[in-house]
Amino acid sequence: MPELGKYASEVLASYAVSIALLAVLVAVSVARARRLRRDLAQVEERMKRNG
Amino acid sequence: MASIWSYANPKKFIDTTDRVLPVLSVLALAALVGGLVWGFFFTPDDYKQGSTVKIIYLHVPAALMAINAWMMMLVASVVWIIRRHHVSALAARAAAPVGAMMTVIALATGAIWGQPMWGTWWEWDPRLTSFLILFLFYLGYMALWSAIEDDDTAADLTGILCLVGSVFALLSRYAVNFWNQGLHQGASLSLDKEENVADVFYYPLLLCIAGFVLLFVALVFLRTQTEIRARRMRALLARERLND
Amino acid sequence: MRALLIRDLRLAVRAGGGFGLGLAFFLIVVVLIPFAVGPQSALLARIAAGVLWIGALLACLLSLDRLFALDWDDGSLDLLATAPLPMEAIVSIKALAHWLTTALPLVVIAPVLAVLLNLPAAGYWPLVLSLLLGTPALSVIGTFGAALTVGLKRGGLLMSLLVLPLYVPTLIFGAEAARRGAEGMAYGTPLIFLAGITCGTIALLPFASAAVLRVNLR
Repeated sequence: MPELGKYASEVLASYAVSIALLAVLVAVSVARARRLRRDLAQVEERMKRNG
Repeated sequence: MASIWSYANPKKFIDTTDRVLPVLSVLALAALVGGLVWGFFFTPDDYKQGSTVKIIYLHVPAALMAINAWMMMLVASVVWIIRRHHVSALAARAAAPVGAMMTVIALATGAIWGQPMWGTWWEWDPRLTSFLILFLFYLGYMALWSAIEDDDTAADLTGILCLVGSVFALLSRYAVNFWNQGLHQGASLSLDKEENVADVFYYPLLLCIAGFVLLFVALVFLRTQTEIRARRMRALLARERLND
Repeated sequence: MRALLIRDLRLAVRAGGGFGLGLAFFLIVVVLIPFAVGPQSALLARIAAGVLWIGALLACLLSLDRLFALDWDDGSLDLLATAPLPMEAIVSIKALAHWLTTALPLVVIAPVLAVLLNLPAAGYWPLVLSLLLGTPALSVIGTFGAALTVGLKRGGLLMSLLVLPLYVPTLIFGAEAARRGAEGMAYGTPLIFLAGITCGTIALLPFASAAVLRVNLR
């Protein structure tokens, strides 16, 4: 851990906030991508069966 | 060499990005982790700003991407309006939340940095204010997308909003400059090397910017795929209802 | 074209057209401000120009959703679209009618309300001038927002979200001119910028509004 001096809380807070926000963004994007990939496969399967 | 327009075919787009995405994600992660670790652990403190200079590795790339994301949406909107490629409109839609998030990160890190350095979380400084306005434009753009049901209508309307919004965002930038002289320092990066930040901070910063760019591209590819699938699913469900 | 303008004006003035609602709203906002910030006349004098600009802007915004809504509901917008008028002309006329029925009365009443807020004597001309030059831009930009959201059921709130960021440059230059005037400073520069924005929006934005309206009528 580097010596952050008296500004440690600010530096750590900004890293925490940014990384958390990026993580949320990635997680939401990936989750929605997975869900739609699965749902679309289901619908396409059903369409094929029913003609 | 196939023309770039061949990627306007949704199936081709999905196939290609499926192959590219894993590589892109790994590269983005590597550049981000590398740049941030380098910046966080292995750079000296600034003699004036102390350790808060480390915030630059998040603040500057996020701010850059906030603007570049809007630029990309502008280009994609123009492509949609002129050439009517659905992938282009959906890519603009996919990029908007990413750009909005980048704007939030830039504003949040800026506020956290401003507290010890300027003695205030928020200052009605031209750069800060323009970013807030840019965020409002992102909000309006996303709200319009989600409000309209018909895909093509939504794409047309948001495309035109993006064009008009770009002009007004630029106007606001100059209006805000006129309205208040700011505290914010000049550009951290420019082609004019004289003005740049010192080299010790410069190279990790470049790596972080590369990481943010790669992350943005990967996210936009992924989200565009999702939008294409969502659109196809709506079409299929509509046809199914029709057959019943 | 003139027939359309006269028709729109008559519709707006007729009972139920909403004429006067904007004025009443403007009055109420100005009356509420001292309750919120306190009755000190020195403070009110300082913020008077800005408050009047915000009030006028919100009153403009409030009346925008009526711009196309009635014509959309009874189908006369479709008729207008097939009329031998270019769509650009139609939206320009609509914006002009909105300005005449909503914004112009606001400009006229603003000096009266300025008395309530204790605006310094030097500030009256700059206030009226800046409103006179700035409100056409508000109407034209608002027409664009109304055209974007015309087909939507609850478009009013969305329209505010879309239109208000677009109002930023107009508000900055307009309120800046009024404020500088009230403080006895030279206010020519912001006024010229304001006039530039107004001319630019009048010249260019009707094309965007017309394009948007065509999409919505498709």
